[in-house]
Amino acid sequence: MYPTGDIMLERIEAIERITGALKDELVVCNLGFPSRELYSIRDSPRHFYMLGSMGMASSIGLGLALSQERRVVVLDGDGSILMNLGGLVTAAAQSPENLIIVLLDNRCYATTGSQCTYADVIDLGAVAESMGFNVIRFTDELDFERALKMDGPVFAHVPVKPGNADVPVIDLDAEEIIERFIKEVQGATED
Amino acid sequence: MKVDSSEAVYAGMMDAGIDFTVSVPCVNLRAVLEMVDADPGIMHVPVTREEEGFGVAAGAHMAGRTTAILMQNSGLGNSVNVLASLYSLYHIPITMIVSHRGTEGEFMEAQVPMGRATEDILRILEIPFITPRSPDEARKSIVEFTETSIRMGKPVAVLLDVSYW
Repeated sequence: MYPTGDIMLERIEAIERITGALKDELVVCNLGFPSRELYSIRDSPRHFYMLGSMGMASSIGLGLALSQERRVVVLDGDGSILMNLGGLVTAAAQSPENLIIVLLDNRCYATTGSQCTYADVIDLGAVAESMGFNVIRFTDELDFERALKMDGPVFAHVPVKPGNADVPVIDLDAEEIIERFIKEVQGATED
Repeated sequence: MKVDSSEAVYAGMMDAGIDFTVSVPCVNLRAVLEMVDADPGIMHVPVTREEEGFGVAAGAHMAGRTTAILMQNSGLGNSVNVLASLYSLYHIPITMIVSHRGTEGEFMEAQVPMGRATEDILRILEIPFITPRSPDEARKSIVEFTETSIRMGKPVAVLLDVSYW
């Protein structure tokens, strides 16, 4: 049975609560509206905004988590997780402690017109649990501090309402996004 | 001592400074994968599908690693979108060490169609590639192509034909 909370947030509200609880964490954000919504709430060199390659957010996050010590928070969607379910298996098997995968689950492809995904009938939190993730389900209050206190790898299942916020496209180009992110990750100081 | 074909690939990876590799196995890469696994200086992440491997390696690159993927050419078809809309878009380097099946000497008919398509797919994606004919050439090519990859900020491919092994 799909876990539906009484109080479901809009996705942009969920992103605001989650990133509001973060301090030094690196964020890899799924393409399309999730990245646009994050960018409109707050921009940071700690954010890697994906502009293409649907499905790769969790894999990019895994590579980052395995290669350095800072904690990595991946903001992913149900359609993207389903497109790369094997990547979730690899992440669970590699099991980095500094990885948190957040599933913003609206059970549809919101960016392309809200066509249903199979997350409507398959509980992706239970799938992640069976792989070995420490799963937390935010079915009522979204207090993300609770996820930050857990042992990793964590899979945070956050049901959200379908739909997108009315936010503009990101006015950074791909090179700007990755260059400042790399500088942030690799600890380059003043320039 | 004559350098064996697999040892040359591994030595090339070491010479090139590759310290992070993802892989999907091919029977021709078996010995290379064993060497990589036995080396604590290189992080090896086996993946379920090549596309995903490119994603993992992209994250490692952002953290300063020098990355490679060990794969069969069949996996190139699984990876076209990630190579275009992640690697090309963000100018991310990676050294693709590819067992090129379906080339001369192939015993499996099913490998031939993708074997024939491989070079054209790389050309369309503007990925520089080389087909070394000897272990010495393979070792040198991996080093030179890795340098090119990092300098140009794009993937490169070293194709190891059936006859190479």
